[in-house]
Amino acid sequence: MKTIEELMAIRESAKKKMTVREDTGDDNIRVVVGMATCGIAAGARPVLNAFVDEIEKRGIKGVTVSQTGCIGMCQYEPIVEVLEPGKEKVTYVKMTPEKAVRVVNDHIVNGNPIVDYTVGVATK
Amino acid sequence: MYRSHVLVCGGTGCTSSNSLAIIDALEAEIAKKGLSEEVKVVRTGCFGLCALGPIMIVYPEGSFYSQVKVSDVPEIVEEHLLKGRLVKRLLYDETVTMDDVKSLQETDFYKKQHRVALRNCGVIDPENIDEYIAFDGYMALAKCLQEYTPEQVIQIVKDSGLRGRGGGGFPTGLKWSFTAANQADQKYVVCNADEGDPGAFMDRSVLEGDPHCIVEAMAICGYATGATEGYIYVRAEYPIAVKRLKIAIKQAREYGLLGKNIFDSGFDFDLHVRLGAGAFVCGEETALMTSIEGNRGEPRPRPPYPAVKGLFQKPTTENNVETFANIPQIILKGADWFASMGTEKSKGTKVFALGGKIKNTGLVEIPMGTTLREIIEEIGGGIPNGKKFKAAQTGGPSGGCIPASLMDTPIDYDNLTAIGCMMGSGGLIVMDEDNCMVDIAKFFLNFTVDESCGKCTPCRVGTKRLLEMLDKITDGKATMEDLDRLEDLCNYIKANSLCGLGQTAPNPVLATLKFFREEYVAHIQDKKCPAGVCKALLSYSIDPDKCRGCTACARKCPVGAIEGKVKEAHAINTDKCIKCGVCMSTCKFGAVVKK
Repeated sequence: MKTIEELMAIRESAKKKMTVREDTGDDNIRVVVGMATCGIAAGARPVLNAFVDEIEKRGIKGVTVSQTGCIGMCQYEPIVEVLEPGKEKVTYVKMTPEKAVRVVNDHIVNGNPIVDYTVGVATK
Repeated sequence: MYRSHVLVCGGTGCTSSNSLAIIDALEAEIAKKGLSEEVKVVRTGCFGLCALGPIMIVYPEGSFYSQVKVSDVPEIVEEHLLKGRLVKRLLYDETVTMDDVKSLQETDFYKKQHRVALRNCGVIDPENIDEYIAFDGYMALAKCLQEYTPEQVIQIVKDSGLRGRGGGGFPTGLKWSFTAANQADQKYVVCNADEGDPGAFMDRSVLEGDPHCIVEAMAICGYATGATEGYIYVRAEYPIAVKRLKIAIKQAREYGLLGKNIFDSGFDFDLHVRLGAGAFVCGEETALMTSIEGNRGEPRPRPPYPAVKGLFQKPTTENNVETFANIPQIILKGADWFASMGTEKSKGTKVFALGGKIKNTGLVEIPMGTTLREIIEEIGGGIPNGKKFKAAQTGGPSGGCIPASLMDTPIDYDNLTAIGCMMGSGGLIVMDEDNCMVDIAKFFLNFTVDESCGKCTPCRVGTKRLLEMLDKITDGKATMEDLDRLEDLCNYIKANSLCGLGQTAPNPVLATLKFFREEYVAHIQDKKCPAGVCKALLSYSIDPDKCRGCTACARKCPVGAIEGKVKEAHAINTDKCIKCGVCMSTCKFGAVVKK
């Protein structure tokens, strides 16, 4: 290694792989995927991984993706909740990996929740 | 990209309680569930809370599982990793509140800690240089080589106020400047990882949990003092530390962070590992260097000091592991940052290995000036079984004890010296009312008698005589004159021994004499051991009013010393009794009395 730039490059790429271990501060956006038996059966795992991959691909900071158990609306699984500090919780239902990518882009990056995917629209 | 990281402690403590088997089981179970692409298992260094090992942390939630068993692994994988439901029964109970899970940093054990030397322990994979680099690893070395002259590096270390963490407390920057001032064709850097105090394991944990920070710090020291070669002298009893150090050195060489022309600066530096065979005296700097040279580990007189004639007769800087562990952070964050922690003359933090009669045994790192009370009652969780705190031994066999009356002393180098103790390497052994202080002094002296190298007479013969006097006291055969002679001999050994081992060997005796003289007097005059430890002064008897004649004790007694008929009060034949105490633990009615 001859330059500090080389060291910085290694640092950045290694850091990216370790974001999951960062201290989850209170001001983080939390994406919670329902991963009970019903969620998994409905395809929650590809959804969970789509969130993780998309967030990494775009290098977004301050977002935690985690799992939770059954939310109680099994017919709408896979269910994903997005919790932003100081804002109302948004619950997305019948998610797919493709929808997950859109949620990351529109909601998390640009701050526009996708109303069409939410539980409010689905239960009407 | 892994969505979850599972960190399992691979330090010596948790390894000995089977954490490696847990890692294997985890990996197998994760593969079985098809999660290998999603969940990563990382083996880390020590988390510090060794009492609750094996320890596991699952991210992103940061769930802290303690005392995990191999049989718990399927449940953790199925419930937590697959379905996202915490396995509550395994969570560290301090993190579980009524309806929520607290983060680890908010628990009593971690709240007051401030991790500088241990910052990466339990956080990164010590066998992966990239993870060290992700946490700013080797940035300090790069900064030194590209921005600072060697003089500037020394000035930063001087300004930080860092003092030697091996026990002596000598200012590190000053030490470096001595070596730098001497001209020679070859200079050396030596890392003293010959941690020998009973109960101290902070150096081991740093080497196991963050070996690269020692490699980096030694290279910085080499640059500052003009040395191009370094030796790490580590005990062969620390196989995990040795293995990880060797991996770290190999990885650093591959990246060109050790070797020729590092960062194109013209600075060359390389490291070697030398294993010590476990002699306590080799932790003394001159004996350590003699041992590296391939000779019998015996100290040599100073002066000349190592900065003038050290390893292979060349100018040498020798620092302890924990001292080095602070260096990269001081360079990156600045001398002022470091000097803002601690007390007026003792800056920064200190790692203590908590052991003995305390709930949270393990490693803690706290700012200098924290009181013993905070360490024991808040961080350490207090004394188990409702017993009363009596004293804490600092500095192992070279140190002394702090009695309960001085519990509010802010701990730093000078305060400890003032009360007749010493910081030492940081072992902190907690004692409660069941510990006999004469017996404690005897324990440490037994150790130094064993470990005296034999080169000088005051230490070789003096410590042996000292031990015999203590034996006489605990056997109830001593007189008050013996007590005065004991003190005289202590002072003689202190003044006349060649090296630190002998000079500090009488400290445990002197400190216990100073604070617990009445216990010595009780042994001598009343022929009693107040704590009920010294066997020769004890006798067991049976209270006839409480004894129901169940014969349980008589059946358990290994020497048949208990006589009596069924349903009648029993009695102990004191001539036969070997004072093992089995009868006392057997009796269900509390009829056996120890006096």
